[in-house]
This record gives sequence, structure tokens and C-alpha cells, in this order.
Amino acid sequence: MTTLRLLVGTHKGAFVLTSDERRKDWKIDGPHFAGWDVYHVNGSPAEPNRLYASTSRGWFGQVIQRSDDGGAAWQPIGNEFHYDGTPGTHKWYDNTDHPWDFLRVWHLEPSLTDPDTVYAGVEDAALFKSTNGGTSWDELPSLRTHKTAPTWAPGAGGLCLHTIILDPTNPERIITAISSAGSFRSDDSGKTWTPINHGLRSSYIPDPDAEIGHCVHHLAMHPSRPNTLFMQKHWDVMRTDDAGDTWHEVSGNLPTDFGFAIDVHAHEPETIYVVPITSDSDHFVPDGKLRVYRSRTGGNEWEPLTKGLPQKDCYVNVLRDAMAVDEAESCGVYFGTTGGQVYASANSGDSWMAIARDLPAVLSVEVQTLA
Amino acid sequence: MIRVELPANLRTLAGVGREVQLQVDGAVTQRSVIDALEAKYPALRGTVRDARTKKRRAMLRFFACEEDLSDEPLDAPLPEPVATGIEPYLIVGAIAGG
Repeated sequence: MTTLRLLVGTHKGAFVLTSDERRKDWKIDGPHFAGWDVYHVNGSPAEPNRLYASTSRGWFGQVIQRSDDGGAAWQPIGNEFHYDGTPGTHKWYDNTDHPWDFLRVWHLEPSLTDPDTVYAGVEDAALFKSTNGGTSWDELPSLRTHKTAPTWAPGAGGLCLHTIILDPTNPERIITAISSAGSFRSDDSGKTWTPINHGLRSSYIPDPDAEIGHCVHHLAMHPSRPNTLFMQKHWDVMRTDDAGDTWHEVSGNLPTDFGFAIDVHAHEPETIYVVPITSDSDHFVPDGKLRVYRSRTGGNEWEPLTKGLPQKDCYVNVLRDAMAVDEAESCGVYFGTTGGQVYASANSGDSWMAIARDLPAVLSVEVQTLA
Repeated sequence: MIRVELPANLRTLAGVGREVQLQVDGAVTQRSVIDALEAKYPALRGTVRDARTKKRRAMLRFFACEEDLSDEPLDAPLPEPVATGIEPYLIVGAIAGG
């Protein structure tokens, strides 16, 4: 019997939700780390009961927590994230040079094969790696010291490395995204990095198709097609079929192509999901209607999914790491909102139900499909 | 023994109550007390002060004997009532109102 375990990070703690494959009745366990901002909770594909959580507070800084029993018990582990060498500067909002300064971990990406190896994407943007279960962290410095890094500038949410994708067919390939520098790819386990932003156009930078400066909000990949990536940019939904060498827009008939979250169906590599958001100034869904949009054609042709979702007086946002898909036979899709709701669909998005209604603002959602 | 009062989130993190007691060898200063705190409760490393620079986290304050010691030299002796365990050393989170 398949069990689904949802890992939900919120502004005031983490919650673990579990259900059987029917995905109708959910047990909610939490809050874990009450009062802490939980930017991300993620499980090891190699050992699903090994979970990592990024918790932080303005008062106390960053704490990383680990569970070895699927989220029942947690222990604080290594929280020292020191940039390699003398960090130097990046650009600040006013275009002055600003020293690199660690603030928090946005995203934790466990290795596909080793439960003790995990990557951390941090603010100010850098990539760290632990090979001892999070006890200690070392920077992979060549990304932060890329020749373009002194020109990187933060988006409104900070200069954060928020997306880490590990290629299941090529253990040396890592793809990351940084707001608002862009996307980068390494084909040598993080030793060197190439900006992969050709084809992006952003009207909020002086040169709209510059190599660097694009506010990439999130990337998604289907494991069976690692060269195909989908991107929700600040504005525009984009697609590449050559691992980021070139991108083209697939926003098509979306009501607005601003948004944060994007994901790919577990069994259909051309079926993708986004949640359009009104604009960069109005971070809530358009027209008071919470609508997930699904494309079954890899983009361009989109259909609204509304059954079970509020269609009036709704003004929530869905953040970049707050959408996930499970691997059950009938693919489940999940997302959390800044209003504290978590919605689930057990049928690829055809219909939805709220499985939690009154949590703190949701920052992240991951799901584990457990045999 | 030196008495140290912690803010609520740090009590949970360390798995302790409102007050902890610490053995401090040598001079009782803010530095030696926080060193002893972090040694006894490793989960608190980096949460009261930056792990590398040892700089106090900006939204925390250090009080004792009705005085704000937050910006006092870390190696200055703490007041006698703290050093003798009569008064606690207070680690206090800045007020988050609204």
C-alpha cells in the first residue's frame, strides 16, 4: 500500500501530512520548530526516512534540522555556512558593491543516491554541500566566484540560490537558479559553471537578453528527460530541450505569465503545471480566483484547473518551492498558499481538495511516495 | 554556578527550561559564559552569536542586574551577583511587536 508523506514548510514551523493512496484523509503532524521560518523540508530519495529541514529566524540565524525517522523526531545539525576564502562583493539594490553575507538556506536537495550527501542553496547566493549528513558544510565556491558574480544583484526576496536540480542520468550535472542572476549549469560536479540564460528576455534589466540578471523564479525537470527544463521566470514561462543552452517561451494562452511555482507531472513529461499570479506588483492570483494551469503539450496550450479551488475572493500567492507531484499511479499534485492552505489533487489536477486550511503561510511543499 | 535565562525558541532548541546553570572556569565574562553555554548545548552554536565572528546577533540583547550589557566588552567581568549565581544572565530577544 502506497503512503504519501507531505513535507510542508511554513513561516511558523513545519508540518508533516500523511495519507494512503486515496489521498482523501490526511493526518497532520506539527508544528515542528514552532515559530521558526521553515524555508524547505526535503527527503532523501535514497533513504526516505532521512529528512532535512532549513529553519531560520531573524533573532537566531540559521539552524538545520535532520530526522532519521520520517519526521517524528528531529535533531539540530551543522549550521555553519562559511563562504570559501574572502567572499568579495555583489551588487546591492542601489548598484553599490555589497559584501557577500550569509543569511539563510532556501533549498535543500539531497543526493539521489547517498542519504548523507545533501546540497544547500543559500542567500547570499552560493551552493554548499555536506557529505556527512549535514554535520558540516563546504561551499562549492566556483559558482559564487564565477566571473559574472560581482554583477549579480538581489531580487526583492534577496540574492538567493533557490533551485537545485540533480540530473539522474549524469551524476556530474547540477543545475541551479538564482534570483536575480539567472540559471547556471555545471557538468563537472560543481567545479565549473556556465550561465544558461540564452533566450530569456527581461525588460527590467538594461539589456533585456543579457547573459546575467534574469530573475528566474523556479525550474522543473522530469527525470526521464533531463535535457528538458521548464522555467517560471519573473515574467514568462520558458522551456529548453538542450539542458539550458537555449530557451524559448511557452507562456501561450496563460492569463498572466508571472508566477513562482512550476512542476512536471510524474508520468507525463509534457504535462506541466503553473499557478499564474497577477503581476510583480500584485502577488496574488488574478480576479480572486485560485487556478492552476495545466499544459499537456509541454507549454503554449494551457487549461485552467478550478474544480475544488476557490473561485472568488481569493488573494493568495503560491511561492516557488510550494508545489510538488507524487509518483502514485494516478499522479498527485500539491501546492501550498500564503494563506496557509494546502491543496491536493489525486487525479493530475482534474479536481482538488484542501487538506489543510489554516496553517501559517506556506513556504514549501515536497511529497514523498512511500512503498 | 552561573545562571543563564534563554528566550523561548532557544529553550526548545536546546531542550531545556527557562534557565540553565553553567560551570565557568576562570573569569566570568560574557565570552566565557557564552562559550560554556555553547559547549554544554551544542544546538545553540551560532544562534546567540555568529559562529565565526562571535558577533552578537543583532536582534538579541544581553542583560544582567537591570543593566544592558549588549555592547559591553565581551571580556569584561560580569557583575558579582551574576558571577556568584545570585542573579541570572539574561539573553533576550528584541521585541517583535505589531
